[in-house]
Amino acid sequence: MSETRELDARRLLCPLPVIRTQDAVEQMQPGQRLRLIATDPGVKNDIPAWCRINGHSVESIEEQGDEILITITVGET
Amino acid sequence: MSEPRKAIALISGGLDSMLAAKVIMEQGVHVEGINFFTGFCVEGHTHAIRSKDRQRPKRNNALWVAEQLGIRLHIVDVIEEYKDVLLNPKHGYGQNMNPCLDCKGFMVRKAHEWIREHGFDFIITGEVVGQRPMSQRKDTMPVVARESGAGDLLLRPLCAKHLPPTLPEREGWVDRDKLYDFSGRTRKPQMALAEQFGFRDWATPAGGCCFLTDKAYSDKLVDMWQHRASRDYDLDDIMLLKVGRHLRPRPHFKLIIARDEGEGKFLEGYRKQFTSLKTVSHGGPLVLIDGEVNDDDIELAARIAARYGQGRSAPQVALEVTPPGGEPRRLEVEPLHPNDIDPAWHV
Repeated sequence: MSETRELDARRLLCPLPVIRTQDAVEQMQPGQRLRLIATDPGVKNDIPAWCRINGHSVESIEEQGDEILITITVGET
Repeated sequence: MSEPRKAIALISGGLDSMLAAKVIMEQGVHVEGINFFTGFCVEGHTHAIRSKDRQRPKRNNALWVAEQLGIRLHIVDVIEEYKDVLLNPKHGYGQNMNPCLDCKGFMVRKAHEWIREHGFDFIITGEVVGQRPMSQRKDTMPVVARESGAGDLLLRPLCAKHLPPTLPEREGWVDRDKLYDFSGRTRKPQMALAEQFGFRDWATPAGGCCFLTDKAYSDKLVDMWQHRASRDYDLDDIMLLKVGRHLRPRPHFKLIIARDEGEGKFLEGYRKQFTSLKTVSHGGPLVLIDGEVNDDDIELAARIAARYGQGRSAPQVALEVTPPGGEPRRLEVEPLHPNDIDPAWHV
């Protein structure tokens, strides 16, 4: 399995975590995975919505204390 | 069969841009959305901070609109470039610190740059003649097209029939007869068109989509500039103006006082950048001090901070004072009497 890239978006408020995710994914290849760490609860809605409209998949959303961890797989776009 | 023409639609998350994009999609044009984040967008931010708002369902309306339309959305960070728009608006400000006409011109210019880089043909906005006092008037709409550089590549489908035909209309990429002639502040035509498209839900942000149209926010921004050597700002400045109660007891410093636990948590993240105060003998809000302060200033700040905590009626309140990134020290003060808090201190 390919390496999972990490993206720290803690303390950023939406839409900045979405923008950072978008910018990171632009540099990645289909099938690669990105793990986002954020603190704005808005990412629980915004990242899946962004993935749906752009053809990427959300693999998991976990909450650890105040942190939200979202793993996505880059789609064929 | 030839490739369909491609348009980028400025998507704010509101109804008009959603309708404008849909009108053009219905004509067989490939449409994608673009949304610019200036730092002042109301979208999201404060909902994520205040405790009372944390339970509300959250959604980014621009993303939501894109999903309803089934189009891609490109969200572009323009925080740095937007500074020049806000600091030097050629057409001045609106009622508050909102440079609406310059802002619209800037966004269309960025969209124009984007279509050139991405091989798109034209730009769509949801503007309606006469709807907004500054940027959406019959005399200012050509200004946006001209100053942005987009010229006749800028199509406003909802009011196109009030405007000269644009290149997409003249070239037959879109059928002008199927565009609209909306005007003025009434929302009835938009509601009817939404009904026709089967849209049942859309965002209606009270007071617009930008913090700069808000008087309280603009007052804080002006206060910040008046007490600094320059009118520059960074993202943290913009964010902090949205959070807490702001009191300026002396010209060279102000206090940012968390109003609830959510704001307290948010301000925690700034303790490495600011001197902070926290009551320890009683419950109380986290307070940041913005400015260069001496011991007398810190004592005054501590007395004010104590006033906003549960020990406000106690003879003495103990606080921890923590310099940026430093070790806390303990301080005991008498909470300031409410009559001694000058109303003019409230920013």
